Amino acid sequence: MKKYEVDVAVIGGGSAGLAAAIIVKKAELNVLIIERDKELGGITLQCIHNGFGLHEFKEELTGPEYVQRFINQAKELNIPYKLDTMVFEFTPEKKIYAVNKKEGLIEIKAKAIILAMGCREKTRGAINIPGFRPAGIYTAGQAQRFVNIEGYLPGRTYVILGSGDIGMIMARRLTWEGCQVKAVVEIQPYVSGLLRNEVQCLEDYGIPLITSYTVTKIHGKDRVKGVTISKVDRNFDRVIGSDKFIECDTLLLSVGLIPENELTREAGAEISQMGGPVIDNNLETTIEGVFACGNVLQVHDLVDLVTAEAKRAGLNAIEYLKERYNQKIERKEQIKCIAGENVNYVKPDIINKSDLSKDLIFTFRVKRPDRRILIQFKDDKNRIVFKRKRRYVIPSEMIELKLNSSEQQIDPECKSLEVEVVPRPEVLIEED
Amino acid sequence: MIYDVIIIGGGVTGCCIARTLSKYDLKICLLEKEAEIASGTTKANSGVIHAGYASPREYVKRHLCIKGNKLYTQAAEELNFPFERIGSFVVALEDNQIKQLEDDRKKGIEDGIPGLEVILDKNQIKQMEPNLTDEVVGVLHAPSAGLASPYELTFALAENAVMNGVKFFRNHEVVKIKHQDYTFTVRTYQGEFQGRNLINAAGLYAARISNMLGLDYFSIMPRKGEYILFDRNAIQLNKILFPIPTKVSKGILVCPTLHGNTFIGPNAQNITDREDISTTTAGLKEILEGGMKLVPNIPARSSIRNFAGLRAVPDTYDFIIDNTDVYGFINVAGILSPGLTATFAIAEKVIEFLELLGLELKVKEDYNPVRPKPERFKDFTKEELDKKIQEDPAWARIICRCETIPEKEIINAIHASVGANTIDGIKFRCRPGMGRCQGGFCRPRVIEILSRELNKPYEEITKRGEDTNVLVVKTKDLILKDVLRGASE
Ligand SMILES: Cc1cc2nc3c(=O)[nH]c(=O)nc-3n(C[C@H](O)[C@H](O)[C@H](O)COP(=O)(O)OP(=O)(O)OC[C@H]3O[C@@H](n4cnc5c(N)ncnc54)[C@H](O)[C@@H]3O)c2cc1C
Ligand SMILES: Cc1cc2nc3c(=O)[nH]c(=O)nc-3n(C[C@H](O)[C@H](O)[C@H](O)COP(=O)(O)OP(=O)(O)OC[C@H]3O[C@@H](n4cnc5c(N)ncnc54)[C@H](O)[C@@H]3O)c2cc1C
Repeated sequence: MKKYEVDVAVIGGGSAGLAAAIIVKKAELNVLIIERDKELGGITLQCIHNGFGLHEFKEELTGPEYVQRFINQAKELNIPYKLDTMVFEFTPEKKIYAVNKKEGLIEIKAKAIILAMGCREKTRGAINIPGFRPAGIYTAGQAQRFVNIEGYLPGRTYVILGSGDIGMIMARRLTWEGCQVKAVVEIQPYVSGLLRNEVQCLEDYGIPLITSYTVTKIHGKDRVKGVTISKVDRNFDRVIGSDKFIECDTLLLSVGLIPENELTREAGAEISQMGGPVIDNNLETTIEGVFACGNVLQVHDLVDLVTAEAKRAGLNAIEYLKERYNQKIERKEQIKCIAGENVNYVKPDIINKSDLSKDLIFTFRVKRPDRRILIQFKDDKNRIVFKRKRRYVIPSEMIELKLNSSEQQIDPECKSLEVEVVPRPEVLIEED
Repeated sequence: MIYDVIIIGGGVTGCCIARTLSKYDLKICLLEKEAEIASGTTKANSGVIHAGYASPREYVKRHLCIKGNKLYTQAAEELNFPFERIGSFVVALEDNQIKQLEDDRKKGIEDGIPGLEVILDKNQIKQMEPNLTDEVVGVLHAPSAGLASPYELTFALAENAVMNGVKFFRNHEVVKIKHQDYTFTVRTYQGEFQGRNLINAAGLYAARISNMLGLDYFSIMPRKGEYILFDRNAIQLNKILFPIPTKVSKGILVCPTLHGNTFIGPNAQNITDREDISTTTAGLKEILEGGMKLVPNIPARSSIRNFAGLRAVPDTYDFIIDNTDVYGFINVAGILSPGLTATFAIAEKVIEFLELLGLELKVKEDYNPVRPKPERFKDFTKEELDKKIQEDPAWARIICRCETIPEKEIINAIHASVGANTIDGIKFRCRPGMGRCQGGFCRPRVIEILSRELNKPYEEITKRGEDTNVLVVKTKDLILKDVLRGASE
């Protein structure tokens, strides 16, 4: 068994892993990226549409172009990486076990670990569509990989369930390939992806978007022959008599992503309800010295925010090695962060009281779209410690908020902090 | 060539008969209409190895079930398929149901079912199965009940049968049978087979096969059962949990799997289409509600898949295992639940019939009952793994990330005897596509490996067999066609 020792091991060589490794390497620490694919880059490699990097580079790049800039930088810095190498276990003692064809079994002993394994797509079972299980049902990302990387079309006529970004982008992509996309069907009364994708991928190509509908049956035994879609009411129950049949040979599912945390769970880290690990304000999981960033922590819609988060994870790992490594400092006094009114989840899950003098960055998503709202942070004594106005919020856009240490008045005595998105009081409305 | 025995149907029944017969010096073949064996009822069922108290005494299936259950211990040792006696509970939620538990226990003990006990102490019950509802008033505990993986068992049976000389023909649908001069001529689309004895183990189509020889003394009705499967981390059960049975079925159970998942189901729905394994909204709702009665905290959100299986229900509601009026033709039909449990006992019964027919049963000298355990990445220690990878780097290329399945396991599955030749075949043999992502990542790679190992182009790789082509055309083909059409106009 080959053995390695490093300061920081980064699991996953996508946008997050690369950005984190670059920061760590710049601090002259010993870093190693472990990537299971045959090249660095992660999911962005198959996203050949543009729309990446508006924040980071102030340019509109395609996915591969965006990530190539990081790959180049990593290579210039001589950051070591292992490809075709899959991590199948890591331990709380920060030993990582991986395999690859060249070296066989590898053990990597790290002082800190940065998790950057990305996410996976939800499948049909997760949403329980009844019907047969014929060939011709794919997740949108799977189809994207077929078309953009392998060079095959999974079908000719499509219905896409779910108006997530990947689904909408694939609707356009397949139309370019001469396929027919009959409809994008969305169970919510609103689009679940970004507005820009609705316009550029559906409207511009005349692809019908059918909201408040869902697929209620899949037809065809061997190959998909069509789907029945039905209107749903506010509780997502099917409205009787609203069924419509659409003929198609392929159904694509774009029904959401889940952070990929099997390894994290098996290592014993606490996992939160949305599938990402529980983290503190340093992006540190419940296992000391193990940090998480990118889609493995929470599903992001913008790669720029992934990059920013990954840099923070890198910086925190550096700080950990410098100040806390092997010191057995307990992370004792903590404040719990709670998702309140119209908030689906919030990260971090906990704030260390000892870190209250630092700037704090919160990320979260809302449950429902809303306009003219107030984002406020409330402590366990119902005191508002921070608030900010927003013109609108939608579930498809992750919200990132920075609380400068000077702005917030979090009472070090409080036990919890609730984030809520509430309508603005009347007086404030005119200010828009 | 004239076979001594031709078996129609490559489900667990047919394969178990093939394997049991392979001990003797006989020429045997098995014909299966699908591209893979274990494609029928055997693919989708509960996989429970029942203790055997459930059916009334006048049914053959009760007795073969009790016997079959016992035969599993040795079979699992020889064939190395996943099997574990974890025990089952029949759960009474009302006081007046206790009497039935007592009844079943008494008769069961008399018929030789080991260890049956009625437990009324709620603390003890909850200790044994903490997930069980607080409403429980008593349970019938059957420690001999267990779980087996029906398709892994079937693959093991087939592999061992091949080791001992049985020939398997897949993609061979029997369409016509002639019986003349004590010889059966069995026609398939791919050619004819001749044999002295013919065994009908065609599952849902057993009546049709029987009709081909002019016999119509039974009929088979398809009855659907739907299931929901949950993610591995969702909930951990210790026991197989049954409700008090109804007239039509054993009811909706909540059950762990040998791979650490949990499922609920099946319901029971009579249908007419023998291929209808679709799931329905009403059905899924019914089983979820049913399951919640036993385990209220079923994590509905962590379901990863739903599926349905079809029971082959005969009009007698019992197994039909007969030496028929056509000399040499044995029906093994109507093998409904607990057919999986009974399978080894059913095979022994068939052998008795063959003996009655005068077939000479001489044990082969080189008979080997052991099918070695397929090598699995997950079973290796770190040191073994290291060695394996040195020998063959395909152990180090992980194809399925959810279940940690390396390329080597897939290659082995393809090159096993009666090996996989479709995506589903791979999935049922070594699980890529069974996990959380349900094939999201591994499918393109599985197609790549199948295409390479079977020497077939991508486009010919199917999910299950004919007509299920996964990939339709190359990119640009559709556009190119348009361009070409434009040019010719
Ligand atoms: C289809 C799609 C379209 C998108 N479109 C846009 C867009 O237009 N604009 C935009 O700004 N953002 C977009 N995004 C969002 C953004 O690109 C992604 O969120 C971001 O790239 C995620 O980066 P990541 O590093 O967290 O994950 P990934 O890029 O998924 O990287 C994770 C890496 O970890 C590796 N890995 C996982 N497990 C292991 C293991 N056990 N061992 C070794 N390696 C492992 C994986 O192989 C992968 O390379 C899109 C996202 C998707 C999915
Ligand atoms: C919902 C459900 C739950 C169950 N749960 C349990 C349980 O928990 N425990 C238990 O013991 N039992 C259970 N059973 C019963 C068990 O699954 C069956 O008894 C067993 O699988 C029957 O296997 P078989 O080989 O007879 O049938 P099948 O698996 O259907 O095999 C028949 C084969 O014959 C082939 N065939 C058909 N026609 C032709 C033809 N013309 N030419 C060639 N081949 C042909 C088919 O393709 C098929 O592969 C359950 C069944 C169902 C449906």
